[in-house]
Amino acid sequence: MATTAQPRTGSKPAAGLSNEEILRYSRHLIMPEVGMEGQLKLKNAKVLLIGTGGLGAPLGLYLAAAGVGKLGLVDFDVVDFTNLQRQVTFGSSDVGKPKSQAARARLSNLNPDIQIESFETQLTSANALDLFKDFDIIVDGTDNFPTRYLVNDACILLGKPNVYGSIFRFEGQVSVFGMPDGPCYRCLYPEPPPPGLVPSCAEGGVLGVLPGIVGSIQAMETIKLILGRGDNLIGRLLLFDALGMKFRELKLRKNPNCPMCGTHRTINRLIDYYEFCGVRGEEAPGPSVQVPEITPRDLKARLDHGDDLFILDVREPHEYQICNLKGHLIPLGELTRRVYELDSSREIVAHCRSGKRSAEAVDFLRKAGFRKILNLKGGILAWSDEVDPSVPKY
Amino acid sequence: MPVKVMIPSPLRPYAGKRDSAEFNVRTVGEALGRLTTEFADLRKHLFTEDGKLRSFVNVYVNDEDIRYLAKENTPTKDGDTISIIPSIAGGIEGYNRHCAQGKGPPFSFLDATAS
Repeated sequence: MATTAQPRTGSKPAAGLSNEEILRYSRHLIMPEVGMEGQLKLKNAKVLLIGTGGLGAPLGLYLAAAGVGKLGLVDFDVVDFTNLQRQVTFGSSDVGKPKSQAARARLSNLNPDIQIESFETQLTSANALDLFKDFDIIVDGTDNFPTRYLVNDACILLGKPNVYGSIFRFEGQVSVFGMPDGPCYRCLYPEPPPPGLVPSCAEGGVLGVLPGIVGSIQAMETIKLILGRGDNLIGRLLLFDALGMKFRELKLRKNPNCPMCGTHRTINRLIDYYEFCGVRGEEAPGPSVQVPEITPRDLKARLDHGDDLFILDVREPHEYQICNLKGHLIPLGELTRRVYELDSSREIVAHCRSGKRSAEAVDFLRKAGFRKILNLKGGILAWSDEVDPSVPKY
Repeated sequence: MPVKVMIPSPLRPYAGKRDSAEFNVRTVGEALGRLTTEFADLRKHLFTEDGKLRSFVNVYVNDEDIRYLAKENTPTKDGDTISIIPSIAGGIEGYNRHCAQGKGPPFSFLDATAS
C-alpha cells in the first residue's frame, strides 16, 4: 500500500527534517506508528484534492497540518456567504475570492513548509490525466456525479488510489477505490441516476458538521495510505448516519465485469461524463417544464394596482419561516391532496424559492384544469433582487 | 419472519418520512415489493418501468450486496436488516452556483439541495 504513496515523479525525495519540522511534527514523531520514517513518507507524499469545499476543508487543513509535502487544490468556484456554514477553511474576508486561492493562502499560513499548488479550473476529461499524473493519491471531495465518475476513471487509468467521500443531508459515505485488488466507484454504482429522478429540492441542505466528519475520515484514510499503516477502507463502504449517530460498514466487491477495473476493460479513455450522466455540459437544466410566467416586477405592479391575485407558496413550512410573500402555503408534495383549497376561478400566482418547484405546481394545476395560473419567474430570489431587497435570500 | 428495511434519507420523502419499515417476508424481493406497495411513490426510485432494480440503487442484506447473493431472490431470516444504498453525490456548492445563475438545481439527483 505504501508504495502507491511514494513519489513517482519530480525532485529527489526529502531525506530528513529540519529542527523546526521536528518540533512541528513532534506529536507524530513520538508515535512509533509514524515516527521519522512515517513523517518523511508524509513529507514526500503528493496529494491532489478535487474540490476545496465542505469535504475539502477538513481534508486540506489536516493534510497540510500533518505535513503532506505537496498538496494540489482543484476548484473553479468562488467563496460565497452560504459556504461559510461548513467550509471552515474560509473566513468572511474570503467571500468573492476563488476558493483554490483562498484555500492555498489559509493552508500556507497553517504550514509554510509544504508546497501547495492551486488549480483554478474545472476538472474535465481534457485536463484530468495531466493534473493527476504528478500526484500519488487523489481525494474526491466533489459535489456532482459527472466529476465523481471522471475522478474514478482517471484514477483507474493511472493506477492511483481514490479516497472517496460523499454526503447528503445527515448521511455520509466513505471508501477507498482504485487500489490494485480493490473495487472502484463503478463496481459500487455502474451508472449514475438519471437527472429526471430529482427528489424535491426542498429536501436539500446539509448539516455543516457532516462534511467536517466525512472529510476528516477521508484525511485519515489518506494519511494511512501514505504511511502504509492500518486497515484502509478498501472493499468496504463506511456509512455514517449523523442523526442516529451510527457508523455501519458494507462489503464492496470488485466486479469482475466492471467496464473500468474488471478483467476485460471496455473503457480505455476518459469519456464525456456529462453525457454519461445524462446532462449536456453547456445546457444547464433550467425549469424542467415550460409554463406561463409572470416577472416579479409585473407581479408587484399588479398587486399595487389592486388586482385580485391569489399567491400560492409551494415551499416547505420551514422555508416559509425564513421569508414569505404572505402567500397561501401548500408544499409541492401536498398539492395533489390539498388542491381543493384552491379556487380555480381566481387568478393564481405560484412561487417557490427559485421558480422550479412552482413551475411543477403550475404544470400540475394546469393539467388539473386550472386556467388562470402563472409561475413567479425566478421565485423569491428574483423577488428579492428585483422588487424588495429586504426579503432575505437563502 | 420480520426483517427491517432501512430507508436512506434521500428516499424518505417518498416513504412517509420513515427511516425504516418492518415486514414479515422470506426474500429481499418480497420486502421491496411490500415496501413499494405501502409507499407507492418509492417505486419509481427503486425500480425501472419493467420492474428491474435500478443500477444506482444497491441493496444489501446485512453487510452483503445482493448482486453477489441471489439478487432479489436472496432469502431473508428473522432479524435481518435490508439496506437500500442509493448513490449520493454530496456537497451543495453546485446548488449555490447554479441557483445564483438563476438556473435549476445542478445535474443530478441526490446532490440537488434546494431550488
